Amino acid sequence: MPLFDKKDKSRYATFTRRSLGMGGGMTLVFAILTGRLYQLQIRDGNQYMTEAEDNRINERLLAPPRGRIFDRFGVELANNRRNYRVLLVAEQATQGVQEALDTIGKLIALTDAQKKRVMTTLAQNKKFVPVPVAENLSWEEFSRINLHLPYLPGVQPDVGETRDYPFNDELVHILGYVAQTSPDDLKGDEDPLLAIPGYRIGKRGIERRYDSALRGSAGASRVEVNAYGRVIRELGHEAGVPGQDIWLTIDREVQQFVAQRLGNESAACIVTDVQTGDIIAMASTPGYDPNLFNVGISPDQWRGLTEDDHKPLLNKVMDGVYPPGSTFKPVVAMAAVEAGLATPDYRVSCNGQLTLGNHTFHCWKKGGHGTLDLEGGIKNSCDVFFYETARRLGIDKIQEVAVKLGLGAPTGIELPGEKSGFIPTRAWKQKRYGVAWQQGDTLSCGIGQGYVTATPLQLALEATRIASGKKVSPRVVHMVGNDLNHREDALPLELSAEGLARVREGMNQVTNVPGGTAYAFRISEPGFEMAGKTGTAQVRAYSAEEHLHGVTKDSALDWKLRDHGLFIAFAPVAQPKYACACIVEHGAVGHPQVLMARDILLFTQKRDPLNMPTAYPIKAASLPGRPVR
Amino acid sequence: MISRPYAAAKRTLGIGEKLFDVNWGLVLLITLIAAGGIAMLYSVAGGHFHPWALSQLSKFLVGLLVMVVAATIDVRVWMSLAYPAYALAMVLLIAVDVAGHVGLGAQRWIMLGPLEIQPSELMKISLVLALARFLHGKSVEDVSKPLNLGIALAMIGLPAFFVVVEPNLGTTLIILADGCSLLFLAGLSWYWIAPALAAVATAVPLVWRFALHDYQKARVMTFLDPEADALGAGWNITQAKIAIGSGGLSGKGFLNGTQSRLNFLPEKQTDFIFTNFGEEFGFVGSVALLILFAVVIFYGLQIALGARSQFSRLLAMGITLNFFFYIMINGLMVMGLIPVVGIPMPLLSYGGTAMLTVMFGFGLLMSVHVHRQVEIPRHSGGII
Repeated sequence: MPLFDKKDKSRYATFTRRSLGMGGGMTLVFAILTGRLYQLQIRDGNQYMTEAEDNRINERLLAPPRGRIFDRFGVELANNRRNYRVLLVAEQATQGVQEALDTIGKLIALTDAQKKRVMTTLAQNKKFVPVPVAENLSWEEFSRINLHLPYLPGVQPDVGETRDYPFNDELVHILGYVAQTSPDDLKGDEDPLLAIPGYRIGKRGIERRYDSALRGSAGASRVEVNAYGRVIRELGHEAGVPGQDIWLTIDREVQQFVAQRLGNESAACIVTDVQTGDIIAMASTPGYDPNLFNVGISPDQWRGLTEDDHKPLLNKVMDGVYPPGSTFKPVVAMAAVEAGLATPDYRVSCNGQLTLGNHTFHCWKKGGHGTLDLEGGIKNSCDVFFYETARRLGIDKIQEVAVKLGLGAPTGIELPGEKSGFIPTRAWKQKRYGVAWQQGDTLSCGIGQGYVTATPLQLALEATRIASGKKVSPRVVHMVGNDLNHREDALPLELSAEGLARVREGMNQVTNVPGGTAYAFRISEPGFEMAGKTGTAQVRAYSAEEHLHGVTKDSALDWKLRDHGLFIAFAPVAQPKYACACIVEHGAVGHPQVLMARDILLFTQKRDPLNMPTAYPIKAASLPGRPVR
Repeated sequence: MISRPYAAAKRTLGIGEKLFDVNWGLVLLITLIAAGGIAMLYSVAGGHFHPWALSQLSKFLVGLLVMVVAATIDVRVWMSLAYPAYALAMVLLIAVDVAGHVGLGAQRWIMLGPLEIQPSELMKISLVLALARFLHGKSVEDVSKPLNLGIALAMIGLPAFFVVVEPNLGTTLIILADGCSLLFLAGLSWYWIAPALAAVATAVPLVWRFALHDYQKARVMTFLDPEADALGAGWNITQAKIAIGSGGLSGKGFLNGTQSRLNFLPEKQTDFIFTNFGEEFGFVGSVALLILFAVVIFYGLQIALGARSQFSRLLAMGITLNFFFYIMINGLMVMGLIPVVGIPMPLLSYGGTAMLTVMFGFGLLMSVHVHRQVEIPRHSGGII
């Protein structure tokens, strides 16, 4: 049988033809593969090279130490302490993160809420980012975690830094606190530090206002990592810039005394240096522990703070707006001198009331004070005297002087969220209510009621300016890093020396002359005498019946309905150095605010922080108006 | 009509002659490529012979022996073993579905004593052998007869079915491609081919809808838009492209590939070994490797065209195409041109069964070359 027949030839030809055709197809495939290699390696090679580097190299952000906050003598008011914490890396947690959390929960206390928060944070970050599970552990807890580490894949013990406020609630309204970022915080803030899980930023007070200075800038560690995020080696290390320290004008000793003296009252008090406006102490009570917010405040604690009728979260010094009451009277007196009304011969006669049209305005003293000069009006805090004086002056002249003494506008203190009281004008009422200013309005304003309001800080400024006659502003920050918190030398107020002297004399008589409204609360130690002005801010409107038969005694009322007690003062009388404003909410009974201010001013003068060398690092010599020792 | 003497064909070659006739150039090429693969396995292990390079070397040496032995065995012996081999592979393939243990989410392995073998790998070679034998006696007209075509298609379809249910899409595709290519080379009429192509085109959406596993669909979807899930299923493709692309013109240098060393590459020692090659040796090295592959294929084509019997021709071309389909699918896959299917790069990827079957295939190819003068009657069934 022939081996090569026609059929075999034909199929050999077909096979050859088709094989060669397939060879062509295979060549085409190789051309495609080569073209693709060209695309990937030559055309886009650089881009892929970058991506491979990005894969390989991981920039780990390092949080620099946050700047510390000092008082004027170098006492640390806010610092950083070691924070023993436990981190979890999702990718390395081979048993799963939920199991890892459960295992950790057997070693240290871990609430369900905490676990939930960790799960949320893990979900928001890449799998190789270490996320804090628990912080501020005790050494025992931390050791327990370390001991069990071999059974805890993905768990990293870590010693970080955390904010610490050694004096707890004492300075909380000045310092504020730090807490974890909220989504709102991240908007418009490009600082890479915020990307670090668990990073804390300033939320209130100095911590917030100077947050960017305190933060410093992020350091970075360039590490080579594998696909699971495990660090193979460190390629480079760039230490960040530590946050800048901040030096306050506060004297912590005075601050402590003030805070303790205010105690549990719903109260606020400011002590200033009258020559510079520097705030020596500033407290609002009750306060709260800022460390709570750093560690993480529990819902119960938070509810406790928000529901307390003494409003611990409110910084009453600058967020509380009150009718100044009689503490406004020195302003009216000043305006009267400036207007040429209150000459040394100026007298007003008080018979207990003043009638204007068909409305009767009562003096606090039934039966009246008789005939009074300006100093007498202040000394006795005579309402009729100031009704009449205000009536003759008109509101606009009073407003002008009030503004010069620091009322009616924010003081510009270096703390966020300052509120301002208000001093009305005729034009304002017309514009605001479309109603003409009434003389009755002026009369109310004359005794610090009606439309007139002020914050305790503004009242402190009033006392400070009256005491020094200088146009100073309150200031709490002395230095940020190495930069002096610069300001102009204080100019004299555009008020007459005679007016200032007479108002001071009036305030002197309040405390130091028998019959003065605060004579019983005077400082009797020679050389430390204070001058002051009491005030009562009405919380409720008195009824017509009360005007006839006597006002219901505050002590007979609910706490919430009692009047606020206010007091402004400066000392020593002869050469004023310190000024003080103090308010006790619903605390007009027994004048606790005057007692507090007296004790505080006496303590301050005896300690005399202005006479002690400060610990400011440099440039102290350029402090305006301050001899350097 | 018979124009050449058959003495040479009829004479039985001595073993020395056979060894002399083995394509040592081809052996050298294969060794070169395999050496490159072993070097890559050394590299992806971070510069260590363990766990892959040394093991792969021993597998290659065994494969080399298998190849040379296979080359010296008469092609007619292979022809007579074609059907038994096919039957055996078929049994193993069914057994793997029944008794095989689960690896990588799919049943692909079976333990045969100490050996862990992949029946689907064996099936590729067995199918080529069996089809070549079946088509050996068929003229161009015979091939297109419905009965013959039906038998051939059944021979292809049966193993394809058992492989696809494992499930192993990549190998199924190669089995189908191998089988259809042989039918085509045997002279299947265009009257069959054209409607078949049309039918395949219409079947694709149906297969997508009803036949594919979720993980297979996910692979396709991921391929179409890898960046949509760059940290999940798109990871493989994205990282493979980064590895190859970052090699640039001349590569990062041997042992300097960061992608695989730092574990960014999945399956770096098996299916994605080529990406490491591309990363460390760049465009120049990768193209050189492709050229080596192309030369091997050219060798195979030449051997097929030089054989005197239809069985030898079909066998040689089947082996060559099988080798080519591996390279094509793996190459297109790792370069992100087709979805990820589990196909290794021949001679480079780590794996015993693949290495042995590829080397055995080359042995058959060389046997065809060594016995190129052997005539086999159309109605012969081999010499056993």
